[in-house]
Amino acid sequence: MINSEVRKKMVIIKDLVKSYGEHRVLNGFNMELYEGETLVIMGKSGSGKSVMIKCLIGLESHDSGTITIMNKNLDKMDADTLNEIRTEVGFLFQGSALYDSMSVRENLEFPLRRHIGKFGELDDATPLVMEALESVGLPQTIELMPEELSGGMKRRIALARTLILKPKIILYDEPTTGLDPITSKEIVLLMKSIQDKYKTSSIVITHDVDCARFIADRMILLIDGINYITGTFAELSKSDDPKVSAFFKT
Amino acid sequence: MYLYVTTSGLNSFFIETGELANFALRFFKEVFKRPFEFKEFLRQCYNMGNRSLLLVGVTGFIIGLVFTLQSRPKMIELGAVAWLPSMVSISIIREIGPIITALICAGRIGSGIGAELGAMRVTEQIDAMDVSGTNPFKFLVVTRILATTLMIPILVIMSDAVALFGSFLIENFKGDVSFTLYFDEVFRALTYSDLIPSTIKTFFFGFAIGLVGCYKGYYCKHGTAGVGLTANAAVVEASMVVFIIDFASVLITDIFYSI
Ligand SMILES: Nc1ncnc2c1ncn2[C@@H]1O[C@H](COP(=O)(O)OP(=O)(O)OP(=O)(O)O)[C@@H](O)[C@H]1O
Ligand SMILES: [Mg+2]
Repeated sequence: MINSEVRKKMVIIKDLVKSYGEHRVLNGFNMELYEGETLVIMGKSGSGKSVMIKCLIGLESHDSGTITIMNKNLDKMDADTLNEIRTEVGFLFQGSALYDSMSVRENLEFPLRRHIGKFGELDDATPLVMEALESVGLPQTIELMPEELSGGMKRRIALARTLILKPKIILYDEPTTGLDPITSKEIVLLMKSIQDKYKTSSIVITHDVDCARFIADRMILLIDGINYITGTFAELSKSDDPKVSAFFKT
Repeated sequence: MYLYVTTSGLNSFFIETGELANFALRFFKEVFKRPFEFKEFLRQCYNMGNRSLLLVGVTGFIIGLVFTLQSRPKMIELGAVAWLPSMVSISIIREIGPIITALICAGRIGSGIGAELGAMRVTEQIDAMDVSGTNPFKFLVVTRILATTLMIPILVIMSDAVALFGSFLIENFKGDVSFTLYFDEVFRALTYSDLIPSTIKTFFFGFAIGLVGCYKGYYCKHGTAGVGLTANAAVVEASMVVFIIDFASVLITDIFYSI
């Protein structure tokens, strides 16, 4: 944290604005993600966290502002460069988003089909699939279908699918929502271990204060469409601002 | 008030038509681009064939039976029962086979595609595909439209054959007409001007069913509740487009042959 100024910036978002019709969801949002850190973004439901992260990965277009990922400007990217960047950025969706018509194995192999280049020629993806499944502790599920998995298992398989490309940045959209406290805790521990093992930089969107406390190097509160306040968990949880302290009351 | 309702209805009709045309345009842009998702295309063909074969076969068979049973007394009355095979075959090949099969497939395949893609959209699976570097339009939409365009003509041919066979059974049973005699009559009656236009139009039926189903599913909104509505709308609109294509094809054929 001390020399954060000299650390490499993986993601820079400047003055991001995004509206749906009349409804302005993001109104000049700023953010920087440094190499190797875990940045937690908190905000009320409907405050635009998912919208922000989707703009970041190019799933939604933004109205104005700039997004830079690993020194490349998202707006000026052609489709090929965007795909290249996407191999380096993993995305864990809010609802897991496993392909229900495919088995766990096929789900994990799917991202590999287009990104073979990163691993050279690949005759048999099984070792990579197994490695990813083992890192989430579910190697025995390889031949199951998504409908045979519990919510927590789905979340982990989705995480494995994200990990299989060994991304440098992982974006987590509410990784613990909808799970019981114990499973949530397991997922958070898993995220932490992945962080340590692969040295990824992560953006974690969450409502879960315990998760934030455990995992955050830095936090941003997204309120009224802007980065309302930035700081460590300890700093923010001591804040006097009622809008900020509301998040930490239990 | 009523005027408002009709104009806004008309408006959304034109908007929808425009968007559908746009979607079709995008299909033609992407269909020739690499990579070709050949495996997924085959899987879709297999699924569609597999899911509709029995239904289309049974319906075709019954249509053949019923059609022959019901026209027979009239034909006898007119003293034209010898013409029955030609009449039945022309009606089935030109119109009944293609349209019934297309409508069944609009219900079976169109709604299936609409619901599947709709569910994938609302559960973010399409976004997940996009993020993982696979173009979801190519992988999901292009393969499905190609598969319906290929499979529906095949299903129509099969349904025509089964319907003619059903009709033959009645003739054989009631009129003691042999297999060779019946099908001799059938093939004598049929000309290329019956076969070619009706085959060409089935490709358009297939394309339309795939296109509407994919369009509806791909832009599905309003969460899980939207998926049901999407499947429903896919069937209704696909059936309507099938009728429009049918009408247009008859007009075009008519103009073509009257020159
Ligand atoms: N495709 C869309 N069309 C119109 N409005 C949208 C769309 N997507 C999001 N919104 C609006 O943007 C706002 C922010 O949505 P978003 O999904 O980012 O919320 P969120 O902060 O992720 O909330 P949650 O914690 O519940 O996931 C909401 O008010 C929503 O209505
Ligand atoms: Mg969200």
